[in-house]
Amino acid sequence: MSEAKAIEGSPEGVTGLVDDWSADRQAYQVPWGKAMMWIFLVSDTFIFSCFLVGYLNVRLTTTAPWPPQSEIFALSFGGAPIPLILIAIMTFILITSSGTMALAVNMGYRKDKKKAFWLICATAAFGASFVGMQMFEWSKLILDEGVRPWTNPFGAPQFGSIFFMVTGFHGLHVTGGVIYLLWVAFRVKRGYYDKKGFEIIEIAGLYWHFVDLVWVFIFAFFYLL
Amino acid sequence: MASAEGQQHPLGIYYKIWILLFVLSGFSYAVDYFDVQGGMRWALVILFMFLKAGFIVAIFMHVVWERLALVLTILGPPSVLLVLIGLMTVEGKYAEEARFNYMGHDRNAVALSPSDLHGEGGEHGGDGEH
Repeated sequence: MSEAKAIEGSPEGVTGLVDDWSADRQAYQVPWGKAMMWIFLVSDTFIFSCFLVGYLNVRLTTTAPWPPQSEIFALSFGGAPIPLILIAIMTFILITSSGTMALAVNMGYRKDKKKAFWLICATAAFGASFVGMQMFEWSKLILDEGVRPWTNPFGAPQFGSIFFMVTGFHGLHVTGGVIYLLWVAFRVKRGYYDKKGFEIIEIAGLYWHFVDLVWVFIFAFFYLL
Repeated sequence: MASAEGQQHPLGIYYKIWILLFVLSGFSYAVDYFDVQGGMRWALVILFMFLKAGFIVAIFMHVVWERLALVLTILGPPSVLLVLIGLMTVEGKYAEEARFNYMGHDRNAVALSPSDLHGEGGEHGGDGEH
């Protein structure tokens, strides 16, 4: 995208900000697809923030005791249950996938299509395993523990509704991301971007890192606090 | 630095941040594993959360290398959410106190854990075989 090229000698910092926002044709000197992805991610930030602020308010106003997440999400591998271990593994998997995605973006800009393809596929595979573990977690809670959006055997019934809504919406994002990444990966492999350039990997990467970012907040507020 | 050539940086910085994210996640998990409670738990969990979020946004999403016009578009609007969080905290605390003080809700109610419900030895010991 030639018009996206930064104006030569365009200043950085506040002077650059004034220049960019008073420019004739475009304010953001990045490919339009990347600017649009950022706009989408900012709006998605507000959706997840609504959920998390809603959770904050519900958690504060609920006088029934909040269920002990650490023990509910414990898992035993033969021995004593290890607290929150499944969620920790899911967190590490998502971080691993963020790392492979960052490398994929880099390989894309180096025009190393083969490495970029496999790194995106690895990212998608980690994402898919994350969703698989989430399905395991959900089925355990629904079938074994009897957690429902309106009730659960541990304490405040609001726990279930927040849990299914927040983790479900995040899981949908991961699932969508896996499909999106695979689509991009195969287009990279087929040489679709050879002439257009490989910004698309960075754009897909932004989405994927955002999904990881949301999980950082869910992990902290829903599972740890 | 942002241009049509895109965001090209040495691989080393990605590896470093990757490892750092693992370490920070490990610390977050350790807070729960070692059962740190009270104000210390809040402080540590939120500290590690913001560090992780900051490194993902700054390095993996390349925001630190973007021009100010884009950076402010990304970080400006969400910062207004702090007002909403503040308002909802005040309102939530008020509602909770009102429920305790005037509606007879039990201030000392205790939640049940899976081991309370399924007996000793955790939830149905054969969990590992799933």
